[in-house]
Amino acid sequence: MYTQALNDPANKAATVAEGEEEQNVRFMARIDADEKIEPNDWMPDSYRKTLIRQISQHANSEIIGMLPEGNWNTRAPTLRRKATLLAKIQDEGGHGLYLYSAAETLGISREEMEHQLITGKARYSSIFNYPTLSWADIGTIGWLVDGAAIMNQIPLCRCSFGPYARAMVRVCKEESFHQRQGYEILLALCNGSDEQKAMAQESINRWWWPSIMMFGPHDTDSTHSDQSMAWKIKRISNDDLRQKFIDATVPQAHFLGLEIPDPDMKFNQETGHWEFGKIDWDEFKQVLAGNGPCNRERLAARTKAFEDGKWVQEAALAHAKKQAARAANKEAA
Amino acid sequence: MSDKSKNSPIWEVFIRSKNGLSHSHVGSIHATDNEMALQNARDVYTRRAEGVSIWVVLSSDIAASDPMNKDEMFEPGSDKIYRHPTFYDIPDEVGHM
Ligand SMILES: [Fe+2]
Ligand SMILES: [Fe+2]
Repeated sequence: MYTQALNDPANKAATVAEGEEEQNVRFMARIDADEKIEPNDWMPDSYRKTLIRQISQHANSEIIGMLPEGNWNTRAPTLRRKATLLAKIQDEGGHGLYLYSAAETLGISREEMEHQLITGKARYSSIFNYPTLSWADIGTIGWLVDGAAIMNQIPLCRCSFGPYARAMVRVCKEESFHQRQGYEILLALCNGSDEQKAMAQESINRWWWPSIMMFGPHDTDSTHSDQSMAWKIKRISNDDLRQKFIDATVPQAHFLGLEIPDPDMKFNQETGHWEFGKIDWDEFKQVLAGNGPCNRERLAARTKAFEDGKWVQEAALAHAKKQAARAANKEAA
Repeated sequence: MSDKSKNSPIWEVFIRSKNGLSHSHVGSIHATDNEMALQNARDVYTRRAEGVSIWVVLSSDIAASDPMNKDEMFEPGSDKIYRHPTFYDIPDEVGHM
């Protein structure tokens, strides 16, 4: 059960008495046996903290990710495109909520996560700091950004923490619609006029590299990876996931008749993999540090939504209190 | 970080996925009262007809067993093998029972 009551420090006393070390050995034995860890089970503080950081950042990404796509809601070319885009964005909001719900089982409040997001203490995926300049970007995001997210999320369905794994199962079921709706948009553009096809190519030129950076730094430079692998939070390394994504995606680009903006991209007959050029990690670090094209705009939009929505929250709480008081009065009378 | 009474409480959400099955836990939502809790649960957890019935209950109203006491709690159930049909020897000639 997800009640927070049992996450009280009261349990901590028992932990110390039994010895942190012994507990940790038992915990690792459970992880090694592929047992799921549930919210009220004993877990090392560092496991809890790592999960809170990862799940809340994942949730924040879903929420912030609605902004670049929302930019095209009112300008979708047909009613069908508008309805599907709205449904897709609504799903992303849902994903954010499943994930906040999973993080809350670890003892952090929704308000605290919201606070960490708007004060910049918690991150979100840097891909959402790029602007959506053309309608083709909506297609490209669905195809590449959701495609990369799916690659990342499938192994998370087997993550050792129960609520996170279960949220991911739900999310993955919904994602394939996202990717297909994006690819379909690009198909339409690529089968259209020269101008439309050029619009699709221009869009991929901008999104390709940021998309493959979504898998994070190379394994040799990834700080948290080893521990996360040992805890079975992470199941497949950044580089392996990136390669899987590229191998799946390049033929899809060719089907569209589009070029991947990487002159070094070539197929290796022996390995059966697509080899790619050097990633510009300076750009990645710049965007992560807050200097991407839209970092400020995204946080400002989120902060505004939070501030503007405050009165609704307050009114709903006041209403609930009044209703409860009235009901109590009636009972007393 | 903020005053608890200023935040909307957490509700656990249970959904009956189709007629004939029992409700099962799917996650949680925030809401200020029953009605909002049901609406939010519907919007978050049943966007694709995943259910035919929803229960919501305030998280703080749920009593949960403590995993630390798992052994005392559930041990008595596992050492009584005579509660299972395979404990009893019945000759094959009797047929399926
Ligand atoms: Fe998503
Ligand atoms: Fe998505």
